[in-house]
Amino acid sequence: MAATKGIYARPVYLIDGSRTPFLKARGKPGPFKHAELGIYAARPLIQRMPFSAKDFDEVIMGSTMPGPDEANIARVVALRLGCGDDIPAYTVHRNCASGMQALDSAAMSIASGRSELILAGGIEAMSQAPLLLHPKMVSWLASWWGAKSFVGKLKALSAFRPGLLAPVIALLKGLTDPVVGMNMGQTAEQIAYRFDISREMMDQFALDSHLRLHAAQQSDDLREVEAIYDTDGKVYDHDDGVRADSTLEKLAKLRPAFDKPYGLVTPGNSAQITDGAAALVVASEGAVKKYKLPVMARIVSTEWAALSPSEMGLGPAHAIAPLLKSQGLKPESIDFWEINEAFAAQVLAVIAALKNKDYCKDYLGLRSAVGEIPLDRLNIHGGGVSLGHPVGASGARIVLHLARVLEANNAKRGIASLCIGGGQGGAMLIERETSTTSIASPKKATPKKRSPKKVSPKK
Amino acid sequence: MSVEIIDWFPETDKQGVLWLTLDKQDSATNVLSTSILEQLNTLVDQITADRPSAVIFQSGKASGFIAGADVKEFLQVTNKQEALIMIKRGQNVFSRIESLTCPTVALIEGFCMGGGTELALACDYRVALDDSSTKIGLPEIKLGIHPAFGGVVRSTAIINPLKSLEMMLTGRALSARQAKSIGLIDLVQPKRQIKRAAQQLALFPPKKRRMPLSGKILSLPGIRNLLAGYMKKQVAKKAPRQHYPAPYALLDIWCNYYGRKKRLMEEEANSVARLIQGNTVRNLIRVFFLQTQLKGLGSKKMLSLNQVHVIGAGIMGGDIAAWCALRGYRVTLQDREPKYLENAMKRANQLFRKKLRTTHERNAALDRLIPDCNGYGVEKADVVIEAIFEDKAAKQAVYKDIEPRMKPGAVLATNTSSIPLETLAKGLKNPERLIGIHFFNPVAMMPLVEIVKTRKSSEQTIEQAVAFALHIGKLPLPVKSAPGFLVNRILMPYLVEAVTLYEEGVSPEAIDKAALDFGMPMGPVELADTVGLDICHSVAENLASAYGTSVPSVLGQFVEADKLGRKTGRGFYQYKKGKPIKNKDADLGDQKSIQNRLIYRLLNESAACIDEKIVDDRNLLDAGIIFGTGFAPFRGGPLHYSLEEGLEAITESMQQYGSKYGERFNPVTGWKLIKQ
Repeated sequence: MAATKGIYARPVYLIDGSRTPFLKARGKPGPFKHAELGIYAARPLIQRMPFSAKDFDEVIMGSTMPGPDEANIARVVALRLGCGDDIPAYTVHRNCASGMQALDSAAMSIASGRSELILAGGIEAMSQAPLLLHPKMVSWLASWWGAKSFVGKLKALSAFRPGLLAPVIALLKGLTDPVVGMNMGQTAEQIAYRFDISREMMDQFALDSHLRLHAAQQSDDLREVEAIYDTDGKVYDHDDGVRADSTLEKLAKLRPAFDKPYGLVTPGNSAQITDGAAALVVASEGAVKKYKLPVMARIVSTEWAALSPSEMGLGPAHAIAPLLKSQGLKPESIDFWEINEAFAAQVLAVIAALKNKDYCKDYLGLRSAVGEIPLDRLNIHGGGVSLGHPVGASGARIVLHLARVLEANNAKRGIASLCIGGGQGGAMLIERETSTTSIASPKKATPKKRSPKKVSPKK
Repeated sequence: MSVEIIDWFPETDKQGVLWLTLDKQDSATNVLSTSILEQLNTLVDQITADRPSAVIFQSGKASGFIAGADVKEFLQVTNKQEALIMIKRGQNVFSRIESLTCPTVALIEGFCMGGGTELALACDYRVALDDSSTKIGLPEIKLGIHPAFGGVVRSTAIINPLKSLEMMLTGRALSARQAKSIGLIDLVQPKRQIKRAAQQLALFPPKKRRMPLSGKILSLPGIRNLLAGYMKKQVAKKAPRQHYPAPYALLDIWCNYYGRKKRLMEEEANSVARLIQGNTVRNLIRVFFLQTQLKGLGSKKMLSLNQVHVIGAGIMGGDIAAWCALRGYRVTLQDREPKYLENAMKRANQLFRKKLRTTHERNAALDRLIPDCNGYGVEKADVVIEAIFEDKAAKQAVYKDIEPRMKPGAVLATNTSSIPLETLAKGLKNPERLIGIHFFNPVAMMPLVEIVKTRKSSEQTIEQAVAFALHIGKLPLPVKSAPGFLVNRILMPYLVEAVTLYEEGVSPEAIDKAALDFGMPMGPVELADTVGLDICHSVAENLASAYGTSVPSVLGQFVEADKLGRKTGRGFYQYKKGKPIKNKDADLGDQKSIQNRLIYRLLNESAACIDEKIVDDRNLLDAGIIFGTGFAPFRGGPLHYSLEEGLEAITESMQQYGSKYGERFNPVTGWKLIKQ
């Protein structure tokens, strides 16, 4: 295999993967629970493997808020997939990068020699996020249950206020940083301000995301998506957040959602709230040989970085820079990129930061700018803005799709990266053996090239 | 009179509780034979003398508690007196157990049927194992009788009559939890606690269960009459009195004698002694044994079954897949595009909702049913069933694709009903591997599958296919590959005759009534509408060209006019909300002649199948027609019925119909081969 050396002591291979369609949350619990999404993503994958579900050594899933009856969702999924009672499973949580964390954990386990064959991925049914009782309501209930006498009950009753019934929306809590008190959209506003990203740039990026996804859906580029069925037999076979008829005019009409009323970040240029799951088979060299597995790509190295929670959107820059440096690579040697689109502003800010010499010097400890990530090699089939960002699943999805893109273009190297709520970034370098050495040009013409304005950092 | 105790194992524990374990010698299951009841009688003598602190009844069999009375002994009864002796023996022992002064507990694990449940009811308390293997019921009605060892008296004394009578009238087995919810069982406990629970009940007996108020009210004199009348009406919809007297007898004795325990006990005995002499009971017992015979045609061990792959997600393919998933096997279901699976997935969900009570069971069934448009499952399946549309080239193309990808030793099966397997096997690398596994619609309701073998089918493949049917809880019937196999072949002349009668101007209502009066579950005209006239037409055409008969032209006309029966809302009948609108004032014509014409066609074709050795013997033929078409079970099957009526009388009458209505009624040569 390729010679690039990463952090893993033994080679780690991605064999295959599949995912559910990403289904936009429509204001009420969607048709699938976490476990079902995970199972439906992995079932066809296991069916086409030359081994059985019982042959996995571990199951690792990323998920940030599985249902109350699905704690350690990975174990629930493993058992329901028929992996057997004796296969251990655990769930990892690194917010938006949980799915990538699952792959890194799997890679570490294989590299250390503990495991040979792992099912790893990510699951999130954001539409199923619960409404919680307010802590004051919980206290009141405790006093009510605790009161034994009639007088005691009466006393407890007198302390009741209708306001106690107001629910806490767990999803909103999850998307608000508890340390700096900003919600994720506000952190995007923050870095848009810092790198002077305009509303027009954001909307153009969002529009391209939709058009690219739509084009991919019309062709054969999303073969990792498997059709799933709800209990009424209705089929879901594509990412349904796509808006093929989106235009700049329509996007321009949307109002800011976070910094009201003067902000730039709107629902149209942010990732959608979505349900979905992705699953991959990760294998050691031994497992590849034992089962004669076809190798999709090798996980070369993974980098995690952290920064101020208020600028969490720049996380990818902080992870990509050391990843490239450790491998002695320049952006030019990367054939394709997947950077999760939490916000259009945030991806554009990452690009801007990496080519900004001052930022690279002051914040990334480099002597010069990292360089340019070309937009025609980034998220070539759309991203979170168009197909959604089911928090725990996205990290697994972008690595899987990146591998598929490399394969379709007979390309060698790709980097997948995400920003992570709470102020972190993750980046994973994958590599495949190519039949020619030259860097391939993208197989399909991408929609209109993006040409962001040159930006300079503000302090 | 004291007999040797060989099947019961008494053991007294430190607390003085007597544990009586029933473990019938040389048998996998416990049945209450005469000998076992006599031994029990002797044991009761000892208990009365020894005075243990309590008695607990349990089973030493892994299969269950007690499967019921010994059905074989029923058949030896020749007159009412003998029947009464047999019944009183059981009643007497159970009554003695009931009047023991020490507490008595029945510890029920697994099957507890008929006499087993009656023994449990005679105990003070009943504890059942919390497991899906626990099935408790009084299924006597399925054999044409009702409980006779005090089951009617004791169940209606403590359980709301709505529930107790329903249980006896349907013969339905209850899970442990269902039995607890109606009050039949006092405690439901997991394996790890059940012995302790039984012991605690025995040592510290709580108040015994009493009839709840609602049950008392429903058992009041006038209300009892109303309830019995209402229930008779419900029963009549499914089981007419002239064919199935038992449910009516049960309701009568309850209605007339409830509250007078001794009298009701007497009448319970008298009623069953009367019923047991009728042909219905003998023939229903015959059906029971036929079922056992089919189950014994092979062994599950011949096939290790984990995964099934079904190709074609139409009604048949989809329902087969859902059924296999329901029965615990992983199933991959393939069709050309995801959207073609929608209907199958919807129906599967409906089936699971209906059959499975808990969410986790339904989830597990859904987890096992895997949509698979790419056909990945072919390589993993132990059985591949092709159920696509009836097109020779399309089916052969499917086999060409999948045969090289299948696991070595996996079964390749087709659900075809009209294309000869010999034709389909052409082009296969291993033609001996192809077998027909022919399901009937609706898959979830019909217990039979035909295992269609060609001369080339290997013995191993046949055994594997039979094993597959047993794994998924269906009754396998091996049949020779000949057009229509067995069931469709015999059913079709009967349906065609119905259409001919219709063409002659007989009303559908008259035709259906004649068949219902014979004991068919549904009239042939309504059946044709239900199956779909397009399907009937194509099967009839197919058989007509194979056997040189003709198809009434009216059938083709209906199909051309897109009147396809129930599914299009119009066929021979018009349909409103899926139900046929029947003319209550229709002219019924000569019912006897209509009935004979319908039934003779069916009987004559049965004899022809014996002649051609479509199945191995006449019992298998009867079994196939009963379980494959619902043919009046109380008549014991077409050939058994012919024998009972007298072959000579039947063939003579056929001859007469032959000269009057055409040679299709002339007895075929096969009749000469049929012997008692």
